[in-house]
Amino acid sequence: MPQATTAKSDYQGRIHNLQKDMIGRYYSRLTAAAENHSEKAVYMLISGNPVELIEAFDLVPVYPEVNALQLAAKKQSLPLILAAEEMGYSTDNCAYVKADIGMYFAGRKTPFATIPEPDLILCNYVGCNVYLQWFEHLREYSNAPIYNLDVPFFRTNGTEPFEEDLRYVVKQLEELIEILERMTGKKLDYQRLQRIVELSGETGALWSEIKLLAQRRPTPFDAYFDSVMMMAPLYCLRGTEDGLWFFQEAYKEMKQRADNHEGPLPEEKFRLVMEGPPPWPYLRQFRDMFSRWGAVAVASTYSTVGGIWEFGFRHDPARPIESIARHMLQWNLTNINFLRRYRQIRDYVTDWGADALVIHSVKSCRLFSAGQGDMREYFAKQLNVPTLLIESDLEDPRYFSEAQLRNRVDAFFEALEHQRMLASR
Amino acid sequence: MVYGGGVDVGSTQTKAIVLSEDRRIVARALINTGANVSMAAERAFREAVDSAKLVPSNIAYVVGTGYGRYKVNFGSAQITEISCHARGANLLFPNTRTVIDMGGQDAKGIRVGEQGDVKDFVMNDKCAAGTGRFLSNAAETVGLSLDKIGPVSLEAKKPVRLSTVCAVFVESDIMSYLAEGKTVPDILGGVHSAIAARTVALVRRVGIEAEITFTGGVSRNIGMVKALEEKLGYPVNVCDDSHFIGAIGAAVFALERALGGEVPVSAGKAAPLGASAPARPSTGA
Repeated sequence: MPQATTAKSDYQGRIHNLQKDMIGRYYSRLTAAAENHSEKAVYMLISGNPVELIEAFDLVPVYPEVNALQLAAKKQSLPLILAAEEMGYSTDNCAYVKADIGMYFAGRKTPFATIPEPDLILCNYVGCNVYLQWFEHLREYSNAPIYNLDVPFFRTNGTEPFEEDLRYVVKQLEELIEILERMTGKKLDYQRLQRIVELSGETGALWSEIKLLAQRRPTPFDAYFDSVMMMAPLYCLRGTEDGLWFFQEAYKEMKQRADNHEGPLPEEKFRLVMEGPPPWPYLRQFRDMFSRWGAVAVASTYSTVGGIWEFGFRHDPARPIESIARHMLQWNLTNINFLRRYRQIRDYVTDWGADALVIHSVKSCRLFSAGQGDMREYFAKQLNVPTLLIESDLEDPRYFSEAQLRNRVDAFFEALEHQRMLASR
Repeated sequence: MVYGGGVDVGSTQTKAIVLSEDRRIVARALINTGANVSMAAERAFREAVDSAKLVPSNIAYVVGTGYGRYKVNFGSAQITEISCHARGANLLFPNTRTVIDMGGQDAKGIRVGEQGDVKDFVMNDKCAAGTGRFLSNAAETVGLSLDKIGPVSLEAKKPVRLSTVCAVFVESDIMSYLAEGKTVPDILGGVHSAIAARTVALVRRVGIEAEITFTGGVSRNIGMVKALEEKLGYPVNVCDDSHFIGAIGAAVFALERALGGEVPVSAGKAAPLGASAPARPSTGA
């Protein structure tokens, strides 16, 4: 007789602690930059960013999105969101933006760091028009210089982007290098950049290997909830020796777990693909909704918003600038169209052996969520993949209705169990 | 004789059903949920048991369902109302392939398999448009009781077109139509038609296949039955027990478990809502 798994997921490996230490050190670096101006800070976005160039000039990358989600996870976001709404930001506005603006005007002080003022605001992703305006607002408030990298969508149907699109991005990166040279007063050390890009390539390869381990049964880690933990070092520390070391350690831990048939739950009953960012203010409650059914993610699209490595992309030290451009243009989730996203999910379902797709839609982000109703239709009706669409928010706790979400999640797994039981008769 | 009990704790009303071994409904009870959800569940259950001239210990197994299912403290298991509506519809109308459920705060569509299994479902999100609450607000605004608005809506000659399906703003919409001199039947005709259109659009997302069974408290409203049939272009199954279908489905699950058969859902006792530990501070990007 099937029973809900009552054990909750408490998989806390060595890697989780390592992540905490490393991200703690990253935030100490930010605090030092804020308080002593020890380093110059460059604000950037997660989606396909050129952090390798920033590292090559010894600048410190600051990610307002990561700061915003940290605030949400630490249950600090709501007063900041309300402060931004008092300033006139709409209730429908992206809650990442509001939490960040609220935090900016609260002296950039958070429980985990003091965030430095920007020395350069580098908008590296223009696919989200709200993000473009977010950074323009930050420019207005801080008076720091702004540079917008205009990255065209990956708009061909084939495997390669248009040559002129690639050249267009490369040209802008060359322009950016000149700006960074003026800002730091030093010339780009091309060999150093090559080494940094090589580190990124090796990091990406390990991350890809880790993701492929989730094809095993049981998957050694939850490719949504544990992947988001590994995303912070991937973005904040990519292109550094520390970042590479983290992924070497992470791969060792995951490989060992996979070889020992250890999964994040006592029993893996359902394998899921997850689409959309998690509700950061209620991450644990959200995870438990799935864990109690023995449901574990084997792949997630959200873990590819900063780059897609598991289908073969690697940064190439022989062509560092072109490979950074390729990463920005071609190999990040938000710069591809919905049909490509469907293909990516379809590959996850087949190659990672998933039983179902769960779409977590974000109330305050219509841009990322608008096509998800159609996505549900496509997977449920055309591909016969059981698909659940639920909604809350990535940052704003007011949109998380636990009773409503749990009702849908429970009904979904009840139905899956019923189908399994009928099929086994 | 073995009995199974089902208690459906809805946002507005609580329903209880006792089912005998041969799957006959031997008792039913219906009360307003009110503020004390646990008490409502217990009262409805006792009322049903009393009317069957049984005592609670005669009921071998009780399944709680509805949004207040975790408050059915005396229940043996909890199952969502989505599974229960599919199962209950299957008992009353075995050829059901689509369930349209309209309750106090929920509207949902369920695609149902031959065994009463849920193939797919869709629900309204965080908004009471198209639910019983919308209708009760409309009833209040025109000064009629809830059970009257359905029959009155059928007298509409030229139903108005509502500019909103928002359960709150519907009041101002109706007020302006009244001020324009529109008749109450025409206004209510418009109200029912607007809700039916919204509900059918929602249910189309899971795919509509005959037979269609209409469940939940709103299924007692003849105006809504007719409005749905018109939008669907197809008859819907309703009966006196349509309102109880969630509780009936819960009782079917209870009976199956009492009889020791295979139970198709994970009906393990779950932690109450809000019992989860706080979010782990360590996060990624």
